[in-house]
Amino acid sequence: MSKFRKKKKSGTPPISTASLPDIVFMLLFFFMVTTVMRETEMLVDNTLPQATEVKKLERKSLVSYIYIGAPRGLNRKKQFGTKAKIQLNDSYATVADIQTFIAAERESRAEEEIPLLTTSIKADVDVKMGIVSDIKEELRKAQAYKINYSTRKEVE
Amino acid sequence: MARSNRSTPEINAGSMADIAFLLLIFFLVTTTMDVDTGIARKLPPTAEEQEPEDMQGNARNIYEVYVNKQDKLLVEEEEMSIQDLKNGVREFVDNNGKNPSLSDSPEKAIVSLVNSRGTSYEMYIAVQNELTAAYNELRNEAAIKKYNLNYTELAKDKQREIRKMYPMKISEAPPGEF
Repeated sequence: MSKFRKKKKSGTPPISTASLPDIVFMLLFFFMVTTVMRETEMLVDNTLPQATEVKKLERKSLVSYIYIGAPRGLNRKKQFGTKAKIQLNDSYATVADIQTFIAAERESRAEEEIPLLTTSIKADVDVKMGIVSDIKEELRKAQAYKINYSTRKEVE
Repeated sequence: MARSNRSTPEINAGSMADIAFLLLIFFLVTTTMDVDTGIARKLPPTAEEQEPEDMQGNARNIYEVYVNKQDKLLVEEEEMSIQDLKNGVREFVDNNGKNPSLSDSPEKAIVSLVNSRGTSYEMYIAVQNELTAAYNELRNEAAIKKYNLNYTELAKDKQREIRKMYPMKISEAPPGEF
């Protein structure tokens, strides 16, 4: 009998947590690989329009972004009005600044990469075409011909 | 000699999980998963550098699409809803001279897109999307007919060949006030 009594006494063994770090590291590496740091703070509303015939933007390091939309948040709307504004990097800009912006983007890249540079236009759905056309005209003048109208993929 | 028998004490790895968690949460917060997608376009060079070639060559080869500031479509002088635009463009491009009011051949077909300054960006993208969809469908059909494969599955040079058969020529005039 003493044999059986001994077994009963031990109870459930504790679950080993030795593999917990491995699991967490696995998740960590996943997020490290997929992460893209947000480099700019959004100063404008930016709900992208939907489209079905979209292409993926390859090589993010070769893309410069132009954001267009109404100033984001009530405080900014009070300060700057509700008319659509252009955001380049971390500040508001005007159409006249686009050429300088493109030049600066080119400056920071290697020479052989310059023809591959794409400009992604991230405009809000409520933006009117007037301002977008002005930007396109400036991009033509700056000879930045490759553009991409950023959209969300339509969910069907 | 009892000393040499003693093994080195094990390092406590209990806090390893905490360290990993800390890093994990940092990356979780800073991560943005969204892949950038969009409609790719190439702008034409400015007028001073290059004169557009025989734009007014033949009226039948130009498919006029107007979008006004109420976001209404006027296609070939008739009102049209956005749903019909894709088929309209397809018919126009793939006409091959059959219908005298539509294009001579896909190579000559030009879609002229004119929008107002008051057109909403949403509508503009919707129109661009339909134009792209029409060309994508035509190219895909050509690829299936010729190679029995979807356009996206073809090799680069074959894709180029199909693209040459259906070159996407969209001409955009400066926006007007209407």
